[in-house]
Amino acid sequence: MAKFNKKKSGDLPAINTASLPDIVFMLLFFFMVATTMRETTLVVQNRLPYADQVEKLDKKDLVMYIYIGKPTQAFQNQFGKEARIQLNDKFADLSDIRAFIASERATKREELVPFLTVALKVDEEANMGIVGDVKQELRKENALKINYTTRQGEVSSN
Amino acid sequence: MAKRSAPEVNAGSMADIAFLLLIFFLVTTTITTDTGLNRKLPPIDDSEVEPPIIREKNLFTILINGRNQLMVEEELMDLKDLRKAAVDFLDNGGGVDSNGNKCDYCHGKKDPSSSDHPDKAIISLKNERETKYSTYISVQNELVAAYNQLRDTRATELYGVTLKQMEANYSDVNWIGNKETLKEKIERVKIEYPQKLSEVQ
Repeated sequence: MAKFNKKKSGDLPAINTASLPDIVFMLLFFFMVATTMRETTLVVQNRLPYADQVEKLDKKDLVMYIYIGKPTQAFQNQFGKEARIQLNDKFADLSDIRAFIASERATKREELVPFLTVALKVDEEANMGIVGDVKQELRKENALKINYTTRQGEVSSN
Repeated sequence: MAKRSAPEVNAGSMADIAFLLLIFFLVTTTITTDTGLNRKLPPIDDSEVEPPIIREKNLFTILINGRNQLMVEEELMDLKDLRKAAVDFLDNGGGVDSNGNKCDYCHGKKDPSSSDHPDKAIISLKNERETKYSTYISVQNELVAAYNQLRDTRATELYGVTLKQMEANYSDVNWIGNKETLKEKIERVKIEYPQKLSEVQ
C-alpha cells in the first residue's frame, strides 16, 4: 500500500506563476498603446453632452482645447460656482483667449496654422452665454474652425 | 571552473515591476473623447456691403429660450420633431435657385409658401444667454442629422451608396477605386444640399 500513501501525502502543488509577468506586460502594452497622456489637469467640471452625428477629430496635434464648466469642488471656495474658462492648467478670462490662440499658433509650423481646430469641451450644465462670448473671441482672432466635443450617444439622454 | 553555468536570474519580482508600470499608466491616462460636431464660425465682416435680401419663406428660424424650449417658425416644438421639420423645409423645392433652375431632385411638397430651393434655404439659429449648452448641442445635432439624411438619400439615388459610406471609402487607404471621381461625387452631393446654418449673435 505504500504506493498509494505516496499520493495522499504532500501539500497542494504551488500554482506556477511564471507566465504572470507575461500577462501583466500584455495588459501594460495595451494601455500604453490605447491611451494618450492626460496633458492638462482639469480644474472645471467636464461632463460632455451627447450627440450622434459626430465626426472624428483626427490630427491630435492640430487641436487646441478650451474647457468650460463650473469649477470643481476643490476650487469652488475660491472661484465660485459659475462656469469658468480653463486654458492649459489654469482658470482664464475671456481676454486671455486671444493670447492663448496666438501662442498655440506660434508653436506650430506656419503651413499647418490654417488647419488648427479649436475643440470646445463644454460642460453640459454650462450656459450658452459664456460659449457665445468665447466664440466671439475666436472670431476676432480668426480661429474659425471649431469642434464641439461631445460623447457619442442619443440626444435624448442630454 | 569553465564548466560552471551562469546562475539563473531571479525573475520572481518581474510581475511586481510590471504591475507598478501598469498601474502608473492606468492612473495617468484617459481614453480621450475625440469626436464632436465640426462647425465653422463666420469671419468678422467689417465691410459695408449690403447683405443680400433673403425672403422670409427661405428662412427657417429656430429660437431656443432660457428655459430650453424651442420655437420653430413662431411655434413651440419638441426636439424630437425638429429633424423632420428641418428636412421638410430644406427639401421643399417650391421655386427656383439663384440661376433660375428648378430643384429636380427634391422630394418635398413643392409648397410655394416654404423654401424655394435647397441652395437658397437657410436655417437661422438663435439662442439666449441662459440656454443650456446640452440643449444647444441637441439642436445642432438634429440639424446636422437633417442635412445628413437628405445627402444620404440623394447619394443613394445617384450612386447607390450613402454619403457616409462614400466618405469612409475616401479616407480608407485600402479601398479599390478611383478616388478622384469619388471626391467629385461627394462634392456634387454636398453642393446639391449645402449646409447653410446661420447663428444670430
